[in-house]
Amino acid sequence: MLHHRLVIIGGGPAGLAAAHGAYEEGERDILILEREEHLGGILNQCIHNGFGLHTFKEELTGPEYASRFIELVKKDNIPYKLNTTVIDVNKDKIITAVNQEDGLLLIKADAIILACGCRERPRGAINIAGARCAGIYSAGTAQKLVNIDGLKVGKEVVILGSGDIGLIMARRMTFEGAKVKAVCELMPYSSGLNRNIVQCLNDFDIPLYFSHTVIKINGKDRVESIVVAKVDEKLNPILDTAFEIKCDTLLLSVGLLPENELARTCGVELSRVTNGAIVDESMMTSMDGIFECGNVLHVHDLVDYVSEESTNAGKSAVRYLNKSISSRDQVLEVKTSNGVRYSVPQLIKKDTDYTPIQFKMRVSNVYKNVEVALLVDGEKVAKKIKQIVTPGEMETLLVKEDIVKKIKAGQNIELTLVKRG
Amino acid sequence: MHKDIIIIGAGVVGCSIARELSRYNTSILVLEKENDVSVGTSKANSGIAHAGFDAKEGSLKAKFNVEGNKMMKKLSEELDFPFKQNGAMVLGFEDDSIDKIEELYHRGIANGVEQLRIIRHDEILKLEPEINDQVQVALLAPTSGIVSPYEMTIAYAENAASNGVTFVFDAEVNKIDRKGHTFVITTSNNQTYECDTLINCAGVYADKIYELVANKEAPFQIIPRKGEYCLLDKTYGYLTSHTLFQTPTKMGKGILVTPTTHENIIVGPNAHDEESKEDVDTSIEGLNEVWNKALLTMPHLPKRGIITQFAGLRAHAKNYDDFIVGYDKDVINLYNVAAIESPGLTSAPAIAVHVAKEVAEKLNLSENKNFNPVRKGIPHFAYLSNEEREALIKENPLYGHIICRCEVVSEGEIVEAIRRVPGAKDLDGVKRRTRAGMGRCQMGFCTPKVMEIIARELHEDITSVTKKGHESFMVDKR
Repeated sequence: MLHHRLVIIGGGPAGLAAAHGAYEEGERDILILEREEHLGGILNQCIHNGFGLHTFKEELTGPEYASRFIELVKKDNIPYKLNTTVIDVNKDKIITAVNQEDGLLLIKADAIILACGCRERPRGAINIAGARCAGIYSAGTAQKLVNIDGLKVGKEVVILGSGDIGLIMARRMTFEGAKVKAVCELMPYSSGLNRNIVQCLNDFDIPLYFSHTVIKINGKDRVESIVVAKVDEKLNPILDTAFEIKCDTLLLSVGLLPENELARTCGVELSRVTNGAIVDESMMTSMDGIFECGNVLHVHDLVDYVSEESTNAGKSAVRYLNKSISSRDQVLEVKTSNGVRYSVPQLIKKDTDYTPIQFKMRVSNVYKNVEVALLVDGEKVAKKIKQIVTPGEMETLLVKEDIVKKIKAGQNIELTLVKRG
Repeated sequence: MHKDIIIIGAGVVGCSIARELSRYNTSILVLEKENDVSVGTSKANSGIAHAGFDAKEGSLKAKFNVEGNKMMKKLSEELDFPFKQNGAMVLGFEDDSIDKIEELYHRGIANGVEQLRIIRHDEILKLEPEINDQVQVALLAPTSGIVSPYEMTIAYAENAASNGVTFVFDAEVNKIDRKGHTFVITTSNNQTYECDTLINCAGVYADKIYELVANKEAPFQIIPRKGEYCLLDKTYGYLTSHTLFQTPTKMGKGILVTPTTHENIIVGPNAHDEESKEDVDTSIEGLNEVWNKALLTMPHLPKRGIITQFAGLRAHAKNYDDFIVGYDKDVINLYNVAAIESPGLTSAPAIAVHVAKEVAEKLNLSENKNFNPVRKGIPHFAYLSNEEREALIKENPLYGHIICRCEVVSEGEIVEAIRRVPGAKDLDGVKRRTRAGMGRCQMGFCTPKVMEIIARELHEDITSVTKKGHESFMVDKR
């Protein structure tokens, strides 16, 4: 059996940043395991620009952003194995992985960072009735076929879901010569970034139907048309508003799900809201020495936040290895209320030693003119004023060191929205 | 091309008969209109090896069901397909359910079903704690099992092929003439095939095939009876280990909740008669009906656990409630195996033995001394021990390259699925043989990779790769 102090599962943006973070913290025995044939993860197929505005203060494409971190990891001489799939992680932190060269690998790790990303929700998960023909793709799959494999996915396209991938693919398919006939969004608002609605739909006169969904797919061999209907407040389709759109392709951008199979097999406690692990401010899960970061923890909308969070996870893992981390015996729960759907981290250790804390959260609806606030025993100790908050854009609240240090065991900690004016 | 015997239809009935007939010295051809075996009724059903208490005493359904159920274990070992004797319960929720349960019990005894027992609330919930607490009584049938219907059909087909049976795909039968006693069959690919004995296993098209031969309306009309299903993620496999039926009521037959052989949970089917023999679309109403009825069995069935839905067509005979198995009364040397609706999958092994015997006797066939009853399935990386995995990768490194992450399917398995006879030619064919794409992401990640492997192995351009044959191209021509 091999042994490494720190094994990072996933060589996408989260895994790369975690590895570099761990290296910066002084760790030299790190191994990255990546199932694809390149480092960089999904960024490799995101050939559009708009990445890195926060981290590098410039607009990069996905592959460019990834390459910045790949270069760091290579400069750090951190070893990695490609085409290597982890098939099991057990409670003793023994990893079972497989690839063509080594065959079956058993690796004992002292600490593990799960950075396995997320996957797209498939058609079945949203119960679209109709035919099971060719021409139905999740948006990310289509993106891979177009951008990496150089293939043409279809000529007449409808996209369900106005999340960022859906919007980006509307523009991409248009560039490829396809006619994007409509983007349908179940909710009365988009979960994508506003700049993407402008740059990907409006600039190309692609109609966006809010509060609409696809209720049926028609076609024998390949998609021939889809049926769209308006939905009511409870999101149920109103059948007499249904209309048909002729198309040969339906792209689904209907949400991402953290890929927590490995976390589940080794007993990590998961959140029903994020579908990721429940972590404390060090990004440690309920399993001692197992950390999570990036989209496997919760779905981010900006890779910059992934890098930042993962750097923290990498550094924390090293502090754990060096035993300079406080125990997780006693934790305070970070409650959420008044429109805040979830917070990451969900827990703060009683004797927290990581300061300051960057809380990341999502809200459950569109709210205007609010304060994002942290309350300790009802007293507002940190806040951020926002003109508008939407479910599509992750909110952050940085709580400074001096405030964090004052938090005591037994106190009630709450992230909330406070209406202004 | 002349063969002694031609079988029309490569579903579980056609493939199992082909295999049983290959025990004799004769020449056999299977004609299939689609590009693979098991793409009609045989791929989209509940996958139950029924115990046999449902069918009327003395019927062919009862006879073949009970026989087939008893054959299933040995057969699954011989042909290496997934089968598990998980036991079934018929649940009663009403005061008068006991009457119906007792009726089923006595019918089962009469049909020769073993180990049947009537159990009450506490014992039911002890066996399956997730069942609706309102349950009063149940028929427990420990001999009931679950089987992977398409893997069973594929196993039969591979074994038949290795024993000399020829399969021709994309060959829809358009015309059947008689030249003396010889059948002359013309197919959509403009080929003609001749045979002395014709076995009609055409499923929902059995009446149409009859009409082509006899030039008159078939004495049996096949009504496609659609059933819709929802499939749940493996995470919810804990919900039940037994197959759970509902007691039939005035409102209908009820919906089943059962584990599959791959530890998913399947919920369905409803039953609606259709005009079209091709329409396997699901509908909002139908899926809701299935789901809402299933909630009676399990009120906490998690809707968020659904990963896919599908529908299948049962070959139901109009105004007739039994299988049709035998030589035709009017058309000499035509053998009909029609109206094989539920419990058709369970019955298929027994029907096949019966048909093969009758045909062999009539044609006076001698035993094929070279017949090999054993077929080895594709090794499934996910289900192997670490030692077996290591050995497999050493032998063929492609088994070390995982393509489908949800179901842990390696490139080695996919290549093997394509190279077998009859092999996979498209994404769905690979999926049925290896489970690549059957998992929770439903081919999100592995689609491009499987397309590449198919194109490479079949020496075709990637733009020619289809989802399920015909014109179901995945991407546009360049």
